[in-house]
Amino acid sequence: MRFSLETMHIPDGFLSSAVAVLGWGLAVLLLGAALRQTRRQLGERQVPVMGVLAAFIFAAQAVNFPVAAGTSGHLIGAALAAITLGPWAAVLVMTAVVAVQALLFQDGGLIVMGWNLVNMAGLAVLGGYASYRGVLRLVGGHRGGRLAAAFAAAWVSVEVGALATAVELAASGTTTLSFGLPAMASVHALIGLGEGVITIGALALLLTARPEILREAETSPGQGAAHFAVGGLLLALVVALASPWAATSPDGLNAVAEALEFSHQARPLGSGLFAGYQLPGLTHPAAATILAVGLGTLIVFSVAVLAGRGLRPRTAK
Amino acid sequence: MHPTLEVRGLRFRYPDGYPALNGVDLSVAPGEKVALVGPNGAGKSTLLLHLNGILHGEGEVRVAGLTVGDGHLGKVRAALGLVFQDADDQLFSPTVFEDVAFGPLYAGLTQEQVERRVAAALQAVGMQDAGGRVSHHLSGGEKKRVAIATVLAMEPEILVLDEPTAGLDPRARRGLIRLLDDLPQTMLVSTHDLRMVAELFPRTVVLDQGRVVADGPTSRLLADTPFLAEHGLEA
Amino acid sequence: MHFHLADRYQPGSSRVHRLDPRAKILIVTGFILGLSLSSPGAWLPFLVYFALILLAAVASGLGPAFPVRRSFVALPFVLAALSLPFTVPGPTLFTVPGLGWAASLPGTIRFAGIVLRTWLAVQAAILLAATTSFPDLMWGMSRLSVPAPLVAIAGFMYRYLFLAGDEALRMVRARTARSAWTEGQRRPSIVWQARVTGNMVGSLFLRSIERSERVYDAMLARGYDGQVRSLVHFHLRRLDVMALAATLAVVGGLVAWSLRG
Repeated sequence: MRFSLETMHIPDGFLSSAVAVLGWGLAVLLLGAALRQTRRQLGERQVPVMGVLAAFIFAAQAVNFPVAAGTSGHLIGAALAAITLGPWAAVLVMTAVVAVQALLFQDGGLIVMGWNLVNMAGLAVLGGYASYRGVLRLVGGHRGGRLAAAFAAAWVSVEVGALATAVELAASGTTTLSFGLPAMASVHALIGLGEGVITIGALALLLTARPEILREAETSPGQGAAHFAVGGLLLALVVALASPWAATSPDGLNAVAEALEFSHQARPLGSGLFAGYQLPGLTHPAAATILAVGLGTLIVFSVAVLAGRGLRPRTAK
Repeated sequence: MHPTLEVRGLRFRYPDGYPALNGVDLSVAPGEKVALVGPNGAGKSTLLLHLNGILHGEGEVRVAGLTVGDGHLGKVRAALGLVFQDADDQLFSPTVFEDVAFGPLYAGLTQEQVERRVAAALQAVGMQDAGGRVSHHLSGGEKKRVAIATVLAMEPEILVLDEPTAGLDPRARRGLIRLLDDLPQTMLVSTHDLRMVAELFPRTVVLDQGRVVADGPTSRLLADTPFLAEHGLEA
Repeated sequence: MHFHLADRYQPGSSRVHRLDPRAKILIVTGFILGLSLSSPGAWLPFLVYFALILLAAVASGLGPAFPVRRSFVALPFVLAALSLPFTVPGPTLFTVPGLGWAASLPGTIRFAGIVLRTWLAVQAAILLAATTSFPDLMWGMSRLSVPAPLVAIAGFMYRYLFLAGDEALRMVRARTARSAWTEGQRRPSIVWQARVTGNMVGSLFLRSIERSERVYDAMLARGYDGQVRSLVHFHLRRLDVMALAATLAVVGGLVAWSLRG
């Protein structure tokens, strides 16, 4: 029995070597920063605390709840980790989870682990955290506000991880943006809702039992660096997508086409990820998805902010 | 010959204000085997955590002649081996060998010395072949033995155990009692298991509400039923 | 009551089991990289890689069927690549009846290539996990320059995984035991269930935080000073170096061959 989310752990073979190497480069930077920042935050406790909590996240991912006819929802936990531990500690914890899942359970590949780490321990964690702080600033630090912000954070963490996965697959030529992006975005938009509700449930308990945990997380070192990092990672993704060499993978289509002597017919994928379209207009599935996701995110944030403001405790007159 | 353990006027208040220890005086001579008993909430575990400097209170704690809290905690912790109640908290390494090797390794010994200590400690608790095993595959009784081995490997002057027989089935409990009987070290054991106390420990200290309310021969104390009842104990 | 997550390690004393974990890690990494760099149209490399897997499986005493049996792990993700036959331009190989989608030859070849690569890569990873205990694997990683704190964190995670899993399982069972409802009663809403699940997760978190504090105390009690230390477990032998060199030679040869076209 395995309990992790299948849709985000990329196996070996699905990413081109060039893309995989870029992923590792980013992962190494991310981990370096995370190790330094958590050392500052936790000192000697760094190793035992992170380790035991990584075990917790793994086990928490196994706690399911029935959604409909046989399927069940699970937690991924990136946002929850970020909110309760601080962004960089969460990066480290999720790194351990992803790495152990790959090494011990072959959940996710080894060469492609760089991107799995960037997606689940980097983008999901930091993107979720940035969303949490963003909404919190707009609604205030009361209990309702925190819960609302956590919901938004959880949804964003899942969605951004999913989108990144689709982008990496497209940049490797394993799928096209027009297929991958809508597929991942839609499925995970729903998963994100489940993540949001579970995260709220967990946080509600923590706010009652040990609220100081969250305060510590919010004042942990590297807050600014966290926001900077998520921006950097997103930028790297865009670059990966747009760069000419993302499309001409060494195991590229050209080799196949040449081998089959159909090069006069086949238009290499490298002619553009929006192959076949002159103008990536609104009718293009990938562009449409991006728009839809943007809209969805806006809706989630707005609901969170409104709910957060609405749940503000009334001061006695 | 200094007492192995000396506690004088120890007071401790938790951050939330709760006064856990209200002036504890205790002294253990080399070779003694002492039981620490008392109701839940008496402060037994809190007291034990002061003995190796994990908690710091007012008053004085001296282990093997060293004052706890004076900057040589490493030596204190090597001299006083504390075995916690929950063995799972104590067995935190991937394998039994690594767990038992942890103490000697951090004491700065060479690889060869570490390996020798591990072998000796595992032998002493009867788990010589368990080195390669993973902690979560062990039974409750085996975990307790390995937990004791992790501390024995540091060759302490005094062994302090917190509820060693808690949660063990009768067979494992018997095995552990036999082990404690065989071990030559000075011992201070906090426990609810008064039958074990009667068997193994000639001297008993009763702790209640953060202070020592009795300290003397076990046989006399355990016979004083009304006194025991007053402090939440039953022989 | 035990968390039903089998440790993939199969204890044994074959030559493969006794290879230095550093060598094994490098071998598997080289293997998967070689796979990654091979173009989908050329079938010979795949045959050689498969032969290598079989060789390793037999040499480890696990039998040739072992890695194949466990390799269906990565299957679900194959769906992601399913669009390839239908989106890559080229002459049509077949048409899906009813939907009228045309699958191109190059697209299908590409798809098959990906499936094969993943299948072989997963088998290599399975063999690595099956012949190397996790602690040894972690030790190998630390000696291959993975930062010591990271390796130590993974070690703790491994140790407490099963415990945390047991706690989670107990909670789920307790929830089930209290979730009796009779026929005809309205089932509790998804939102409510998710909230209960959330509370369970929160409770698990608190217990883990408290456990981590106790573990830290236990480490202090044995002299922990914040530095991660470990002993030497393996020494590189000629067999280790030879196995590594041989694998890299084969892989390198195959990569060179396929890149030349």
